[in-house]
Amino acid sequence: MELPRRIEPGWGSASKQSPSENTAAPKSDARLMLENILQGTTQSMEQSAESANQPQDAKPRLMLMGLRRSGKSSIASVVFHKMPPNETLFLESTTRIQKDSIHSFMDFQVWDFPGQLEYLEPSFDLESIFGSLGALVWVIDAQDDYMESVARLNRTILTVQQYYPNINIEVFIHKVDGITDEYRTDTFQDIVQLISDELSDAGYENAPVHYYLTSIYDYSVFEAFSKVIQKLIPNLSTLENLINTLSNNCGFEKTYLFDVLSKIYIASDTRPVDMSCYEMCSDYIDVIVDISELYSWDHPDRKAKGEQNQEAESHAVLHDDTMIHLMEMNKYLCLVSVIRNPESKDKKGLIDMNCRTFQEALNDVFSRSWEQDQEEPGVVTEE
Amino acid sequence: MDMRKKKRKVLLMGKSGSGKSSMRSIIFSNYVAKDVRRLGATIDVEHSHVKFMGNLTLNLWDCGGQDAFMETYLASQRGNIFSDVAVLIYVFDIESREVERDLDTYNAIINALKEYSPNAYVFCLVHKLDLIQAEHRQRIYEERSALIRSRSEHFSIDTFGSSIWDQSLYKAWAGIVHKLIPNLTVIERFLQAFSKRIDAEEVILFERSTFLTVTSVSSEVGDLNPIYDRHERLSNIMKAFKHCAARNTHTTPASAGFVVMHTKTPQFNVFLGRFTDNTYIFLVVPPGEAAYNCAVLNTMLAREGFSKAAATGHGDGFPLPAAESPDNSNGTH
Repeated sequence: MELPRRIEPGWGSASKQSPSENTAAPKSDARLMLENILQGTTQSMEQSAESANQPQDAKPRLMLMGLRRSGKSSIASVVFHKMPPNETLFLESTTRIQKDSIHSFMDFQVWDFPGQLEYLEPSFDLESIFGSLGALVWVIDAQDDYMESVARLNRTILTVQQYYPNINIEVFIHKVDGITDEYRTDTFQDIVQLISDELSDAGYENAPVHYYLTSIYDYSVFEAFSKVIQKLIPNLSTLENLINTLSNNCGFEKTYLFDVLSKIYIASDTRPVDMSCYEMCSDYIDVIVDISELYSWDHPDRKAKGEQNQEAESHAVLHDDTMIHLMEMNKYLCLVSVIRNPESKDKKGLIDMNCRTFQEALNDVFSRSWEQDQEEPGVVTEE
Repeated sequence: MDMRKKKRKVLLMGKSGSGKSSMRSIIFSNYVAKDVRRLGATIDVEHSHVKFMGNLTLNLWDCGGQDAFMETYLASQRGNIFSDVAVLIYVFDIESREVERDLDTYNAIINALKEYSPNAYVFCLVHKLDLIQAEHRQRIYEERSALIRSRSEHFSIDTFGSSIWDQSLYKAWAGIVHKLIPNLTVIERFLQAFSKRIDAEEVILFERSTFLTVTSVSSEVGDLNPIYDRHERLSNIMKAFKHCAARNTHTTPASAGFVVMHTKTPQFNVFLGRFTDNTYIFLVVPPGEAAYNCAVLNTMLAREGFSKAAATGHGDGFPLPAAESPDNSNGTH
């Protein structure tokens, strides 16, 4: 087992990879962000120029589509509005496109698309729907007859890919909480087969389609959304390299970089995904956020008693000597790691220091001046 | 010192299906709210012993609430059931359609209790409040508790509105156990002195397995905290994480949980750690690295003092002579 070890604060190639916009003429944060993202999603030059002309629509967009009652609005509410899963029963059916702007480490839009809308009819402007789209999330109700949904998805893919070949198609095979494990695998394979067969029949090989089994009653939908969002992040590989360096040197079992508000992780080390680590990290964020809600009230009589770092930091040791370490990176992101090394308790200082070094590198990568944001305290406590 | 080892008989009663066994399972058996669907009806009386704070054993009588059982409790079993009762917890289902009949049964129980254990504490829980729309909750709860009070004979009762789906359950049960703990004044005096010495905004003592608030003290500043139900919410938060940790480390919820937790934020610092064998201590101190470390160190020292006391036969360490406890933190500052 590796022991914590100091990381040299050079970061080698990492900091050099930071985007060239650094040196460009003064631009707004949003604009910078936008360009980073557009570059990263390997869209063509014209497209980036085009969307720069219409700033309000230029944020990368996630589109939730699928037949009606397949669970699109429920997913959006649970993931982005923290609605408890059992309350989604009361959601009304969506009748018009719901546009949600998410302001976080990167700004993006989530469009919740009513199932009954016939967007493929010529009267709809395809450009306004699919232009500058980052990912198309297609939700299939696994507990229902999915043939119609699959057929419709195939039609959509074939239409869309002619004009916008770079859109990621993400298929959520949803509501799998209600079916048994065995049936789940069958359904999954069946749907994958149906889609890929028909696409290759139509002459579209190797379509960029990815499949996820999801349910709002567990962590799977967050996990799936994390994967979807990660594809839209321009510097993902840099981030992953940084996290790998950090976790190898500190002997972390698994490390996640979380978006605090949505609890989507935007990057993690490249070790195999371990659901149990993910659940614990995600729940630990809840613990810290909830405690912060209880004790972050403002009052003139509350005074600090000395120096302290401006970013929140927390760690807990569990009954089996597992340590969970959480460090706030900036306004939106925090780094959570699981450490299963009993010696980590003694090397806590070193771990903290390494995480700080990582924080600097991270903020270099995002090339956004987080210093401006630091005027607003209480980062873990938003909402 | 007879008080210390005493078993307290706790009767849990109420109409069938009102939620008695559900709440018992959540508080004492580490169930989560949605697991209680698996519970069947309680037949006759289920006895369980719950160790609480080490030297206090709650002898919990979960009495099945079907009418036939109720009749036997009041007739042939009367002496057996109602003698030596320390606490009666009576659960009302807010959704019940036969309010008047429920109150009659309650009144009959109260009369039996008056006969055999006139000194018992009575707690009435108005349960399943989550089924009422939020804006009416307070009003309906108050109406119902006024009705209950009017049928409680000479007993001075405490009522709580509760629901297994939120922290109100913890509030109710924390209120109940708070009344049952011996030497509570000693504990509170110690915490008072201790929190002053380390300049804490708030010090809370949680019971280890249930995470119910045993007691808490807060400074003048800490009292200004606008969130009044924070203790119950903490119980809820901690217990939820405990379940998560148990699930993911393949242990039972009873043995899973925090050993220590340190949290530093720009507004406050929090330390959570084991204190005595049966309690966790939760400190909230103002930000400041040095002051925080000092507070943690002092807590550790106070803990050592307690475990020494425990080793010399003082049980959980809490029933200390009153003068001794503040001394533990004295030498360290």
